Amino acid sequence: MRARTPAGFVVGVLSISALFLCSAALAQEEIEAAPADSLPPLSPPTSVMISDTPNDRGFSINVTWALSSDDEAGRVTSYRIYRTSDPDTGFAFAGRVSPGDTEYRDGDAPEGELVYYRVSATDDVGAESPSETSAPTQAVPQWFNKERINVLIAVFIFVAAIVYFVVSARRGKDLFIRRLAGLDEVDNAVGRATEMGKPILYISGLSTVSDVATIAAINILGEVAKKTAEYNTRLIVPCADPIVMAVEQEVVKEAYAKVGRPDSYNEDDVFYLTRSQFAYVAGVNGIMVRQRPATILYMGMFFAESLVLAETGASVGAIQIAGTDAVTQLPFFITACDYTLIGEELYAASAYLSREPVLLGGLKGQDTLKMVIAITIILTTIVATLVAVNAIGADFMTPLLITQ
Amino acid sequence: MLRRRLPLLLCFIAGLFMAVQYYVPHHSVQSAYETLLLWLQTLLAFAFLLGTVSLIRVHYHKIRNKAADRGFSLVMFAGLFAMLGLGFFHPSHHAPGSPFNLMFLNVQVPIEATMFSLLAFYVASAAFRAFRARTLEATLLLVAAAIVMLGRVPIGEMISSTIPEATRWILEVPNLAAKRGIMIGVGLGMMATSLKIILGIERAWMGGGD
Repeated sequence: MRARTPAGFVVGVLSISALFLCSAALAQEEIEAAPADSLPPLSPPTSVMISDTPNDRGFSINVTWALSSDDEAGRVTSYRIYRTSDPDTGFAFAGRVSPGDTEYRDGDAPEGELVYYRVSATDDVGAESPSETSAPTQAVPQWFNKERINVLIAVFIFVAAIVYFVVSARRGKDLFIRRLAGLDEVDNAVGRATEMGKPILYISGLSTVSDVATIAAINILGEVAKKTAEYNTRLIVPCADPIVMAVEQEVVKEAYAKVGRPDSYNEDDVFYLTRSQFAYVAGVNGIMVRQRPATILYMGMFFAESLVLAETGASVGAIQIAGTDAVTQLPFFITACDYTLIGEELYAASAYLSREPVLLGGLKGQDTLKMVIAITIILTTIVATLVAVNAIGADFMTPLLITQ
Repeated sequence: MLRRRLPLLLCFIAGLFMAVQYYVPHHSVQSAYETLLLWLQTLLAFAFLLGTVSLIRVHYHKIRNKAADRGFSLVMFAGLFAMLGLGFFHPSHHAPGSPFNLMFLNVQVPIEATMFSLLAFYVASAAFRAFRARTLEATLLLVAAAIVMLGRVPIGEMISSTIPEATRWILEVPNLAAKRGIMIGVGLGMMATSLKIILGIERAWMGGGD
């Protein structure tokens, strides 16, 4: 009995297990077979339309379609887009998008060649239901971006205004430019440094030469260098960018040569410090504390370092004049500096300091376009308000004001 | 003569091309534009060499002339050559745990973080100066700043639900209007400066004059 019991028990267990496994396998087959039996294939996307992408560099086709009728039920897992140059030789995969999407931009289409597209709805087991083949089209690059025509018109008006005022200035017309206290103070600041026998520190921001604010700072440096050369005052220019350093060395050297003091120029005073933001701050702060400059000029693009620099400059008792178009840094400079050039005043500084009529003409042109913009803002605000209260029916201004 | 005209000519051609490419999406023009941007990166790599030479020369002169602050120059040389040596001679200087990486993460990064953290103290001292209510404008600034600061922390909401609303209004109406006004001016200033440089009207970047 003792020998039979385990054997019977094992046989029984094995039999039950086999029966259970067979039942489970049959049930699994039923589960797997059920969808195939009960669910029909996906309905394909319809109305596949293709068109050349407008205002592009070429190689791009826009594909649109109507969703598969099974999309809403959640059976579609993706749409796969296929492209061919010859529908008879088969289609190549071009891309895929999520369910619910009805458009795709193919950026790899061959240029100037007729292409056809198909869109397949795909389910969770990878079965595809392809659409009808689209009508052919070709990817063509454009030579002009029509969506930027409003910008072009504004540029033409701007250029015309500047050219008009530059020509007027050349003919001797007197142009009124409002006073900029910060720039009026540059002469005094240079004079103060001369009297005190202390240097002037010029910081042209942390940006690169491709930044217009840096170029404006370099322009101002040229004018400041002429004054320091005249007064024979030391000018220290630590640079955060090597290209800016190379340009500033030339600008200062030329300025010294122009006022007849080429020997006063010291190449070691216009030097590279570092690209690293806070290492630059540490270096410049060190110069401030050790050299105790009488005047510090901050011109160009600044970031989080602006307040650390300006507060250190204030602590050493220097007259500080700042100019930046970095809107977020302006409050710091206004707080810590004696004078601050706000935004566009930075760009006006070179013309203002040099007093060259031709450059002042450029400023007047700038003011003219600003007036045009102000009038446009007022008019479009009125139109938008009238549209909002349904006093006029169409927002006809919209195409004119949207740029991509 | 050529020395002054050639830069102006190059500037005119490059500036005009950069302006034109904005309106021309054709791939031939865009490819040329992308190539020019690559050139700029190449130029920058060489410019760093120029910068390093400048740095070495300035500090070498300070040491040679026995300038008062030449100790800092020695520290600069020590740092420069230590990092250069570790970067050049260690086979995997970017690998975690390499001496170069250790120096970067444990020396340079904390020092820079320390400099950045000084900002908090400078903000406090600048705020003290800015918020002294001596004039009407300064008083307005003080009141606006107090509301904005309160509205940005939970206690503002606890005091009154109006404070976060007022904060939002200050930031989105008067503050944004002023910012946009400045930005329009900046945009025009940028265009005017670019145009004057491209057309050769503004020549201060060449040292000024003809």
